[in-house]
Amino acid sequence: MNSETSATPMQPAPRLLRLSPEDNIAVAATTIEAGQTLPCDGRTITVAMRIPTGHKVAISPIAAGEKVFKYGAPIGSATCAIHPGQHVHSHNLKSDYF
Amino acid sequence: MQACLRADGRKGIRNLVAVAYLVECAHHVAREITLPLRDQGVHLIGFPGCYPNAYAARIMRQLCTHPNVGAVLLVSLGCESFDRQALAAEIRASGRPVETLVIQESGGTESTIRDGQAWVRRVLAEIQSAPRVEMRVDELVVGTICGGSDATSGLTANPAAGRAFDLLIEHHGIAIFEETGELIGCEQLMARRAVTAELGREIEAAVGKAERYYRTLGHGSFAPGNAEGGLTTIEEKSLGAYCKSGKSRIAGLIKPGDVPPHAGLYLLDVVPDGEVRFGFPNISDNAEIVELIACGCHLILFTTGRGSVVGSAVSPVIKICANPHTYRKLSGDMDVDAGRILEGRGTLDEVGREIFRRILDVAAGQPTASERLRHQEFILTYKAFEPIGPGCLPPL
Repeated sequence: MNSETSATPMQPAPRLLRLSPEDNIAVAATTIEAGQTLPCDGRTITVAMRIPTGHKVAISPIAAGEKVFKYGAPIGSATCAIHPGQHVHSHNLKSDYF
Repeated sequence: MQACLRADGRKGIRNLVAVAYLVECAHHVAREITLPLRDQGVHLIGFPGCYPNAYAARIMRQLCTHPNVGAVLLVSLGCESFDRQALAAEIRASGRPVETLVIQESGGTESTIRDGQAWVRRVLAEIQSAPRVEMRVDELVVGTICGGSDATSGLTANPAAGRAFDLLIEHHGIAIFEETGELIGCEQLMARRAVTAELGREIEAAVGKAERYYRTLGHGSFAPGNAEGGLTTIEEKSLGAYCKSGKSRIAGLIKPGDVPPHAGLYLLDVVPDGEVRFGFPNISDNAEIVELIACGCHLILFTTGRGSVVGSAVSPVIKICANPHTYRKLSGDMDVDAGRILEGRGTLDEVGREIFRRILDVAAGQPTASERLRHQEFILTYKAFEPIGPGCLPPL
């Protein structure tokens, strides 16, 4: 979760947001074009395809059936193997509830 | 802030006349009564159903005696189930002027509209002299809802609204968050924040009920726009929505129409009890807003990513936009630009403080964007609830 507590000086907008140390995905704060390489929490991620604002990108390898974490909590399970830089959405992530 | 003192001791931040139709057949007449008077604080509410429903009767009673409402005109067709005499008696007992017009007895559409407008104009003048008193922050009841969510909702507007809620609770106000159907996956997080273990168990049970309910319906609380906006699962949407509740302990679990007894953060359980009788619990966002208002909310924080434009009858809606692209497209409909956080033009704490200041300004009389644009949406459908159990409202 974003945790700035003091008033700005203005900082450049982060492109990829990792909300919690346990997360294996990051969220695109702005649209990211395919092929762009961005820093994220000490590592660099090359984005495999265009990621619209708010969408998720894998930042670690995720095995089929493994839980995907956001906000430090599980948001579902991978339906196939996912590589860092790949878009994570309904084509490879399903709910554990519905 | 100056507010209207009501007979039950609660204070209103608005001084409205509510025109309430008691069945869909009376809707047009009631609407025609309000149309020339919408800019003068005359709001249309009502229940469309002809069959009786204890929940609907309760919500209507709470709305007609809401602190923001100064007087009520009831519009009945004449043959519907709604107990108009009981409702009129409750409104009268609350110290508010009330009039009932029965279309079948007063000569039909034209004369009812004419008589209704005459009464509303008279009572509008009368309620201007309602006593105005000082109102403190700790007397405010604020609800929050998210609608038209996308993935930015849980990054910007929702956590910022949570910061504003924390500030309100620090000032000993009442804050209500809701929609157990969109807190699926958050039940243990919430239970840990409950002030008692028993309340924690009630919260977990309420979310379990929501999960079973939506499973029976075969459709979770998830719309196509959520997915286009980057949300993939109900758990992900729930975790984003959950941020609106801030960090305070949860003081109680209430149901629609329950007014919280003391300061703190409350969860509103909106999913009906028992078998699935009447279909989807909240067919669209305004149904939840109505329920929050029925719990006494003076105003509503509404966070949106895709861009909801609704307001509400009875209580003003503060629209907090999570997505910077949406804000640029729909800025005339928005009160707070939370999406600027994603572009580095503000922090969560700054936006949280801005929301809190806006709560105070709106309570003091400043109109919101949706109020200025005359959004006065209202929905009320059929539901069934058991009363909350004793573990849901632990004493202070």
